[in-house]
Amino acid sequence: MDAIFLQILNGLDKGGAYALIALGLTLVFGTLGVVNFAHGALFMLGAFCSVTFQKLLTISKHVKDESITFFDAFKDQPYLEIWFGDFGKTIIDYSVPLSILFAIPVMLLIGLIMERGLIRHFYKRSHAEQILVTFGLAIVLQEIIKSMFGANPIPTPAPDIVSGSAHIGVLFGLGESVVYPWWRLIYLAFSALVIAGVFAFLNLTTFGMVVRAGMMDREMVGMLGIDVERKFTIIFGLAAVVTGLAGVMYSPILPPDYHMGMDFLVLSFVVVVVGGMGSLGGAVTAGFLLGILQSFASMNEVKAIIPGIDQIIIYLVAVVILLVRPRGLLGREGVMED
Amino acid sequence: MGNIILKIDNVQKSFGGLKALSDLNLEIEEGKVHAIIGPNGAGKSTMLNVCIGQLAPDSGTVTFNGENMIGKSPHEINQAGISRVFQTPEIFPDLSLLQNVMIPAFAKHEGAFKMNLLCSLSNESAIQDEACHILEDIGLTAQLHTHAGSLSRGDKRRLELAMCLVQHPKLLLLDEPTAGMARHDTNKTIELLKKIKERGMTKIIIEHDMHVVFSVADHISVLAQGTIIASGTPDEIRGNPKVQEAYLGGAHL
Amino acid sequence: MKSPTIKNDMFVMLIFSAIILTMPIWLKPLGAGYPDLLQKFAIFGIFAVGYNILFGLTGYLSFGHAAFLGIGSYTAVWSFKLLTMNVLPALIFSVLLSGLFAMLIGFITLRRSGIYFSILTLAFAQMFYNLAYSVLTPITNGETGLQLARGDARIIDRLFSDAGEGLPSTNFFGLEMSGYSGFYVCAVLLIIAFFISQRIFHSPFGIKLRAIKSNQTRMKYTGYNTRPYLLTAFVISGMYAGLAGGLMAATDPLAGAERMQWTASGEVVLMTILGGVGTLIGPMLGVGIIKYFENIFSSLNDQALLQAYSFMPDWLANIMVTITSPFVGEGWHLTLGALFVLIVVFLPGGIMEGVGMIKKRFSKTQANTETGKL
Repeated sequence: MDAIFLQILNGLDKGGAYALIALGLTLVFGTLGVVNFAHGALFMLGAFCSVTFQKLLTISKHVKDESITFFDAFKDQPYLEIWFGDFGKTIIDYSVPLSILFAIPVMLLIGLIMERGLIRHFYKRSHAEQILVTFGLAIVLQEIIKSMFGANPIPTPAPDIVSGSAHIGVLFGLGESVVYPWWRLIYLAFSALVIAGVFAFLNLTTFGMVVRAGMMDREMVGMLGIDVERKFTIIFGLAAVVTGLAGVMYSPILPPDYHMGMDFLVLSFVVVVVGGMGSLGGAVTAGFLLGILQSFASMNEVKAIIPGIDQIIIYLVAVVILLVRPRGLLGREGVMED
Repeated sequence: MGNIILKIDNVQKSFGGLKALSDLNLEIEEGKVHAIIGPNGAGKSTMLNVCIGQLAPDSGTVTFNGENMIGKSPHEINQAGISRVFQTPEIFPDLSLLQNVMIPAFAKHEGAFKMNLLCSLSNESAIQDEACHILEDIGLTAQLHTHAGSLSRGDKRRLELAMCLVQHPKLLLLDEPTAGMARHDTNKTIELLKKIKERGMTKIIIEHDMHVVFSVADHISVLAQGTIIASGTPDEIRGNPKVQEAYLGGAHL
Repeated sequence: MKSPTIKNDMFVMLIFSAIILTMPIWLKPLGAGYPDLLQKFAIFGIFAVGYNILFGLTGYLSFGHAAFLGIGSYTAVWSFKLLTMNVLPALIFSVLLSGLFAMLIGFITLRRSGIYFSILTLAFAQMFYNLAYSVLTPITNGETGLQLARGDARIIDRLFSDAGEGLPSTNFFGLEMSGYSGFYVCAVLLIIAFFISQRIFHSPFGIKLRAIKSNQTRMKYTGYNTRPYLLTAFVISGMYAGLAGGLMAATDPLAGAERMQWTASGEVVLMTILGGVGTLIGPMLGVGIIKYFENIFSSLNDQALLQAYSFMPDWLANIMVTITSPFVGEGWHLTLGALFVLIVVFLPGGIMEGVGMIKKRFSKTQANTETGKL
């Protein structure tokens, strides 16, 4: 029972990442009608926002290390520490959550530039061309990051206070030994919050209503005289922010590296397909479900029966769904069906 | 009454709560031009799609030459002898007119699949001749090697007809063939339809334009609210009060 | 569009063969005349020509063909280990096995079209890749890659001679697969592959594939069962990829899973598109250009750049180096990605489209709209 509970938690927080990325992907596909293979890159860029912010906060000065007395030693001390002492240290410690403030405008800007500069020219072009151009864009972004930050993953630790594990088992009446890292719980809560925020936005604002209408019938909305162009740009920016935030907060869990975008991209498309292309609820549901499924598949007991299942379970599910129910779990009938 | 080539028997079809076709019964006589008319929303497209096998009815049967048509895939329906023309002309825009007509010709001679990978297209002179011949009949010879995508809508419609005719179908389904056409093109289409009428092919035409209907139809059925409310010769239909009622309060036909 | 004649085809074949067979000669002044690079041209040429049969004719975009490269490679190496160092059985097995897998994968993935198809192929490619690194390590040797060893069985070889000292080398009935002789074996196979592809393009089968791309619905309603057509195209392109993979192993007997990464599939897409999708020589052009510049660009480093800019004043040269250095050496992939984007945005028909446009400018105005014949 304990093990199962742990796996569910494990799956939920990975699922949270999948759900957020898939949410952004579905927003773009459902409203703009664009298949965006650069979407994983947005996740990666978000993660690197966190890295950049951390680097900014820790810009250091080469000073003498007073703690070493029998020879002259030097160390790099961050300016923030020098100027603000302990408070500075705290800020640096909290760099990951604080980088959210940095990431939101940056990702918004990136999203706006991407949409205005490239994506909008492809609304009328075939899906194949959209895939190709966004694929190329993804490679460009990936390589730029690689040349700026190197090829190795860059650790971005969570704040000290949450670096340990919570005794979550106790809360649920399970054993004392059931513990789970604090940060990952925070991530789970964070992703739930963002998802709720997006749904609230879509259902409670006028803008959101237009987006939902657009997702159901793009042509109609355009003909209603609503300025679709500008709305599209904003939606893309929103999707970029959502995905970027998923990446920012994920950075302590998985040290960002330049090809994480591509790794998550394949998975996110699979999630969107399973959930139903064009269905926001489907994307989120499928994200969590597949995260949990993958988690269970990596349990040792399961791997003993079917070796390697954890590597391929998600793809297998996608294949089965695509064959049996191509509109996915919650997709509308007729959307891109054959 | 001649041989019944297509028989629609007691077909019901609902979409959720909406009953699109109810107790639909229709018999199409071989060699005749049978027009289906009716107000918007009567269920004409649904009926056509059921005939074609694209839509499975909730109950009822559709038989063509005694063979059940429900559940057949599009290519099987075609191989059985039914060709159709779509509301928006469906042709191969990236190929030339000649190639457009050769493709159906190949299907007629070879069937649903043939792996002739390594023989040369330029050797297929019999097929090429057949295609040229049909295009001549239709009147599109001047543009044999033009990109089909660059044709006018009227010409695309004629090309589509050529593509159907080259297969010598037993039954030709025309889904609003003159939709969106100007008077001039409509008249040309009527001429074409009259011309091919002589071949003795059975045709079902779904139409809104009464001028077209009364120019070419041998038999008219009126579809309203998912069921046939009247069926007969053009004169019988013209004077039928039920039909006049169905078309918004007795407007003259 | 006039139908290409058989005489025309033969002429193209002749020219093509001549160009390929004399590559070592005319590429020398361009600095590209050495065996390794020449072999790459031929091998990737086979891969791209085959890929074009699927993507170019039917429009189905597969991101999974790298898996067939991998299957071809691993099969070939196993043949070298178990049977003989002669490449003929190895290549035959590569082609057959990848054809078999292509049939299985194609059967499933072709049940959908468009994006769904592409994603399905992507999913399969990832599956194979992951499995190759984990569960299938007995067959693939995981990260280290599958290599030849002295203790390999090589049963057929042992029938003719005793095992010698050291590792034997791959050969085609005695002809070494390394160096120029290796290139010539690849080149001949490329010419045959090109010939087959030309025949397919100009056959009734080929025009039907194009019709499927143009309007699959109409094809179905015209009486065609499109599924076997698509499956055949998929399997053929898979076999080409398998052959390419086998040749990779034949010229360098090592098989690694990184070949199956979907980015390798992306590369072949780029090569096909750069040259001109759906044309016969487009893919070959794409391969030539990409591999040639890859060769130059990846070996450039800052020193070499400084040298190149030595004719400029120092301050300008330094600026130029800073600007261009991310695009060379390790940054070759960046250049590739940027090139990809530019081509898709501005010239989606590739170089052949550009050539076509130039031809139109210079030829007299014609009443008919003609499209590329190759």
